[in-house]
Amino acid sequence: MTDVTRTNVTITVDGHSLEAQPGELLIEVAERAGSYIPRFCYHPRMEPVGVCRMCLVEVDGPRGATLQPACYLKVTDGMNVTTGSDKVKKAQDGVLEFLLANHPLDCPVCDKGGECPLQDQTLAHGSGETRFVEEKRHFVKPIAIGELVLLDRERCIQCSRCTRFASEVAGEAQIAFAGRGDLIEVAPSPTQPFDSIFSGNTVQICPVGALTAKPYRFSARPWDLEQVESTCTTCAVGCRVAVQSSGNRLTRVLGVDSEPVNHGWLCDKGRFTLDSIDGDCDSRDVLSAATRITEPMVRIEGELTPVSWGVALGEAARLLHEAGGADAIGAIGGASLTNEGAFAWERFLRGAIGSENLDAQFGDGLDPVLLQSLPLASIDDAANAPVVLTMTGDLREELPVLFLRLRESFAHHHHTLIELASAPSALRSLASHVLAVRPGETSVIAQALVGATLPVGTLVSESELDAARAALGDGSGVVIVAGRANAAEDQRLVDHAIATLARGLPRAKFLVALRRSNVRGALDMGLAPRLRPGRGFDAASAGRDTHAQLVAMADGTQRTTVVLGGCVIGNVVDVALAARALTAANVIAVTGHGGATLAFADVVLPASVQHERTGTVTNLEGRVTAVAPKISAPGSAWPDVAIAAELALEWGEDLGLGSVELAAQVLEETTGYAALSVLQDQAYDGVVMGMNVTPVARHAMDPMAFPGIRSTKTVGLGDSTGTTTLLDATSGAVTLGATVADVVIAPVDVPLADAYALRLVLARRLYDRGIAMQGSPDVAALVPETTLTVHPRDLDHLGLASGAKVKVRAAATDFEISVLTDETVLRGTCVAPLGTLVDGVNLVASMVDFSSPVTQLRLETP
Amino acid sequence: MASLDAPRIVSSRRDVADSFTLNRYLETGGYVALRRALTMFPEAVAAEVDKASLLGRGGAGFPAGRKWSMLRRSPISYLVVNGDESEPATFKDHYLVERDPHQLVEGVIIAAYALQVTQAFIFLRGEFALGLERVQQALNDAYALGALGSKIFGSNFSLDIVVHPGAGAYICGEETSLLEALEGKRGFPRIKPPFFPAVTGLYGEPTVVNNVETMSNLPWIINNGGEAFAALGAGRSTGTRLFALAGDVKNPGVFELEMVKNSFRDIIFDPALGGGLAEGRTLKAFIPGGVSAPWFGPDQLDTPLGQDEVGALGSMLGSGSIVVMDDASCVVRATWRITKFFSRESCGQCTPCREGSGWIERIMYRLEHGGGRLEDLDLLLDLCDNIAPGLSWPPQQTTICVLGPSIPSSVHSALSMFRDDFVAHVNHGGCPHD
Amino acid sequence: MSHFRADIRQRAEELVALYPRQRSAMLPLLHLAQEQDGYLSDEGIAEVAALTGTTPADVRGTASFYDMFHLEPVGRYVVGVCTNVACLLAGGEELLEHASSTLGCAVGATSDDGLFTLEETECLADCNLAPCVQVNHRYVRTTTPATFDAMVSDLREGRLDHDVPRHGTLIRVKRQGGLRVSKDDIAAERAEALAARTARAEAAAAAAAAQENK
Ligand SMILES: Cc1cc2nc3c(=O)[nH]c(=O)nc-3n(C[C@H](O)[C@H](O)[C@H](O)COP(=O)(O)O)c2cc1C
Ligand code: SF4
Ligand code: FES
Repeated sequence: MTDVTRTNVTITVDGHSLEAQPGELLIEVAERAGSYIPRFCYHPRMEPVGVCRMCLVEVDGPRGATLQPACYLKVTDGMNVTTGSDKVKKAQDGVLEFLLANHPLDCPVCDKGGECPLQDQTLAHGSGETRFVEEKRHFVKPIAIGELVLLDRERCIQCSRCTRFASEVAGEAQIAFAGRGDLIEVAPSPTQPFDSIFSGNTVQICPVGALTAKPYRFSARPWDLEQVESTCTTCAVGCRVAVQSSGNRLTRVLGVDSEPVNHGWLCDKGRFTLDSIDGDCDSRDVLSAATRITEPMVRIEGELTPVSWGVALGEAARLLHEAGGADAIGAIGGASLTNEGAFAWERFLRGAIGSENLDAQFGDGLDPVLLQSLPLASIDDAANAPVVLTMTGDLREELPVLFLRLRESFAHHHHTLIELASAPSALRSLASHVLAVRPGETSVIAQALVGATLPVGTLVSESELDAARAALGDGSGVVIVAGRANAAEDQRLVDHAIATLARGLPRAKFLVALRRSNVRGALDMGLAPRLRPGRGFDAASAGRDTHAQLVAMADGTQRTTVVLGGCVIGNVVDVALAARALTAANVIAVTGHGGATLAFADVVLPASVQHERTGTVTNLEGRVTAVAPKISAPGSAWPDVAIAAELALEWGEDLGLGSVELAAQVLEETTGYAALSVLQDQAYDGVVMGMNVTPVARHAMDPMAFPGIRSTKTVGLGDSTGTTTLLDATSGAVTLGATVADVVIAPVDVPLADAYALRLVLARRLYDRGIAMQGSPDVAALVPETTLTVHPRDLDHLGLASGAKVKVRAAATDFEISVLTDETVLRGTCVAPLGTLVDGVNLVASMVDFSSPVTQLRLETP
Repeated sequence: MASLDAPRIVSSRRDVADSFTLNRYLETGGYVALRRALTMFPEAVAAEVDKASLLGRGGAGFPAGRKWSMLRRSPISYLVVNGDESEPATFKDHYLVERDPHQLVEGVIIAAYALQVTQAFIFLRGEFALGLERVQQALNDAYALGALGSKIFGSNFSLDIVVHPGAGAYICGEETSLLEALEGKRGFPRIKPPFFPAVTGLYGEPTVVNNVETMSNLPWIINNGGEAFAALGAGRSTGTRLFALAGDVKNPGVFELEMVKNSFRDIIFDPALGGGLAEGRTLKAFIPGGVSAPWFGPDQLDTPLGQDEVGALGSMLGSGSIVVMDDASCVVRATWRITKFFSRESCGQCTPCREGSGWIERIMYRLEHGGGRLEDLDLLLDLCDNIAPGLSWPPQQTTICVLGPSIPSSVHSALSMFRDDFVAHVNHGGCPHD
Repeated sequence: MSHFRADIRQRAEELVALYPRQRSAMLPLLHLAQEQDGYLSDEGIAEVAALTGTTPADVRGTASFYDMFHLEPVGRYVVGVCTNVACLLAGGEELLEHASSTLGCAVGATSDDGLFTLEETECLADCNLAPCVQVNHRYVRTTTPATFDAMVSDLREGRLDHDVPRHGTLIRVKRQGGLRVSKDDIAAERAEALAARTARAEAAAAAAAAQENK
């Protein structure tokens, strides 16, 4: 961020003298001073290239004033610039005329019509009359260059924003310029479609209607749209978004440029899975995740039957009372709630009922007390850290925009990346040091990194270890990005590794790469054993985590369980245990969507979801931002807070949290946790709890950088421009309860590797079978077939080739699956995606050996 | 009369059939200069080149010695030789790479020694298939001879030279575009600043780019001394230079002439050189330095072949190619063909060149083939002005590289010199010559 | 599995090794791919992408910048006739038209027998023999309709097989020899040379100063 106080050059623009830092781009300095220089190719989040020539201005030089591109020129002391002379105007008009020469005049039918920078520029500056009488350039009209993106080459103005995004920002040049001269065109390879998970960004930054998104095409005209600014809760990065609707129908999500978070970028899952939110409200198929739950339901004679809220709440309260005591009650889930919703549920379940059996994670996360005790790094910290150690799944698949931020740091700023991993990742090629660990070895390598001797038999060499140790030093300037890379590896192995590093590198900071949207907020609200609202911790308490709850449900100890959003069956790896547990216990499901869990539910309470609700969420770095409703929830779905409050009343206790605003107020008063009112009034980029936050000036939003946002009418939450001051959250009363010393994690013994078996890595994929994907047909088409990936040499002895079917012998069952080879997969391991299906069956549960901290599979010819 | 007594510096083996072989090269004094250079200090070698005042032969005419020393503050990492030769009607480097590849290689080694670089690239136009083979063979021979590779001729200097084939794109002659091609990318010229590859060149490291002919002069300069070279020619234009003469002359070809001492009239009309025009034809116009240059008419025939002499009259000696048009040729057609060339060869990255070149070409096409309008003439000039504001020389530009402002040269020249011909095309509804 | 023939694959790997960065080998590798397949096939492009550490879209985009690369199959002989200004003045357009009728294909197209593809080229830098013609990028130096037709029948009869090899321009001469000095040795060599130069410069400065003092 530009620190406006550290200026040391003076330039003159149109006679006004301006202060700037050396090296700043002229176009930005001028803009800050209110002189907007027209532009097309320049984008503030990418390197300038100066190709469109729209931004030419006169700059004095040794040979008199010459025309220079303001977007490319760095200011130097004494620079004298003229932006409005006749010569400048002629040059700019000339460029505009050249751009329009071959541009089709199809604005009335163009998706970009009404929000098109080229159209705007033409209206503002164009002569209105064309001197171009020649035949225009012709291409076949829109061609699908990928599953989600269409390209109309006739409209392209060759600004190269999309191709630069692909190669420079996403790091995958799946589209590139082809041809030369005025036949130049953006093109994918015929053998590799544009299937980047970031493809939507190219559509968003296209300054004309050349790139359009299949899910949005022809769905609305800009002048019919309204928008609010909100936070995407598809994953825990918490990208800021503009959510647009036409009437009560969501039409589009665009990335808003949040300086500390997403820089305007989004992943395609967050951008294009709107269909799942609008959902299928008419479907009665409550087992399908594509179905929106619009009415309360109660199981009557074996069937879930729509009832009134009163009846449903009464039945739910009865099931809670019937459990016979606080310890027979528990709750699983909560990461999809808002902070206010999570707070209300915590107050009800722990506060009113007295249950400690709360867990927002589904057993695929990390130890909650450990998480809350780590010294936290922000995304910016990680992106600016000279040394980053990752011990997490593939970030591109888990937390896509965090991947973009980190990729920039390694690719363009050459920061050091140490990757400690069992499976290949999209960052691997940028890593300075790769510490290859088989599943089960993470913890011993972590110990070796902080001084223990390297045990024999690992894949890491002494020299690799030494190099990594040297880079890590005592942890100063180091950020450790820690997550759960492998759902088939005992969580305690990872917890142990993290705790080891936290103790051994006391100056290192941690960015916790948990994926579920508001998992951090839910934990901050106390939705886990021993935690308390406001990031608090009670060492004396104890409670059941998800796994323990499932066991207790199955054996009858925990008789009534509230499922707070999310599907237990879809998320818990041990599906068989989950099914037994849900069958044995009473289940109250609070959810916006259908799903397999509802087969076991006794009461279903419909909740509003993303883009339908007010409140705050906390992203993975602990930043609290406001979410805003753009549409109203379908049917009689209620906000989370209201459901908790009303159920509490029905149970017999008034929480005093009847609305989101009330909940927010109580939350702040009792814990000091940043509240909604503050965010709504002031803090655009959010507030990081427990960390110092310096004031941040918000850019005025350049319509050219983010077409489609400035042109749309904003309602509800404040206008997204202007300068705001962020809170210094350390002055708040946030109780940081635990320290790393409070965390005791026993080491786990890992069985010796079996030379004939492969250790399984169950890795998350962005395109999974979750609710968002299942409810969005356009994107669902991109979910890959489930396959097993192994090192080619591990397949050789079977005489099978990549793509063949292989027979897998697992602890529970044998099954057949397609196998692919990849030289970057470690020998002796195999990688499978978590949560995708083979022939409609979730194989994950049958793959994993729940009796062992690691899973070994044997492959055979079918 | 032409002054033809200057020594042949780069075309001395012109009359030898197997001039491209190592044996012949050695027999005719090859690799003597390199041995001598290796006994000198590198900076002394550079100083000879500086003394010679050797102007770059690629088009821009920047003194090679200054290019080398200017950058001396940071050591140069790479030497890149520009053999892309694609400027229409320029064919002197073609001659050099096919007929005297060892002379080029020796020059490159000498330059590399002076610059103390250990890696050099010779970028050769891809269409020079035979040239590629000959230069590669010369390099193979040089390795075998010990003139190249590790510890050259037993000295403490090692060098590797890689021949890099282009693949058909005029713009790759522009030095930054050439570097992009050498990095394996599309040949998009780099935006300036930095103005010189010497600051950020290949892989972002300091790089010297010089033309094939520039390099080929070095063996002679080392053998004979920079002062002997500087004694030829006059003013800033020293030594000799290869001129490629083409178009409507009896005897087109490549001629090595002492700079300044000869004029355009000499090269076009001397019987030993161009031999004049076909019987009964008179000179209408000529392009003095490649199609990027503004045209000259009969009035400028006596202009000496010198960089500043031509520059003073508003054009350039450029790549050393001279295209002659006689009174039977259609200037509108020639102009159209030149704009078609630029339109085809525009790299396409910046708007005024990409769109402007195509637009201008289409107007020129209509003028030549029917459908031209009188207002097209002013439109042409205005479009040219939008690419090269002011239409002055040397040109200003709205584009990234100077291919842009090269487009207007011929259009502006032809329109100013032969407006009547354009009007005749409009009135006739196409080319009256057809 | 390599799409390239063993010899081409080996040559390709040698080429990559010549450059400080693998991507630099892009153009020579594309020439090689064309040598094998006659044009840039999807498989050839994929192999070049792998060899240069890029993507197929990137390789294709790069190749399409350059006129010599064919993204679609072409005839056995690609005949290029120059019509740029020097050739234009010498009848290049007329020769091109003639070529089109002799070969039986339009400019930019391939003859029905798959033998010839005709191209209109920009200046081929052989203007003293205008109008200038190349076949598979070998100068054939035929300037009149009559010599052109003779050349075409020579091609058809295989009489020019030696002068006009297949597509690809790199295959006939291979690099031999090379630096074969370790980077460290070179660095040491350079450091020594630099130190010597600095010493010389200092000595010269000292001498100049001494001169002045006198
Ligand atoms: C469009 C364009 C094409 C050029 N083509 C060539 C060329 O084919 N050969 C060449 O040596 N220089 C060419 N140049 C000039 C080079 O950019 C560069 O100035 C030259 O190679 C430097 O070498 P020199 O100093 O030895 O002349 C071209 C420049 C431009 C702008
Ligand atoms: S002036 Fe033409 S050739 Fe040069 S960069 Fe611009 S588009 Fe490319
Ligand atoms: S050249 Fe500056 S915005 Fe395009």
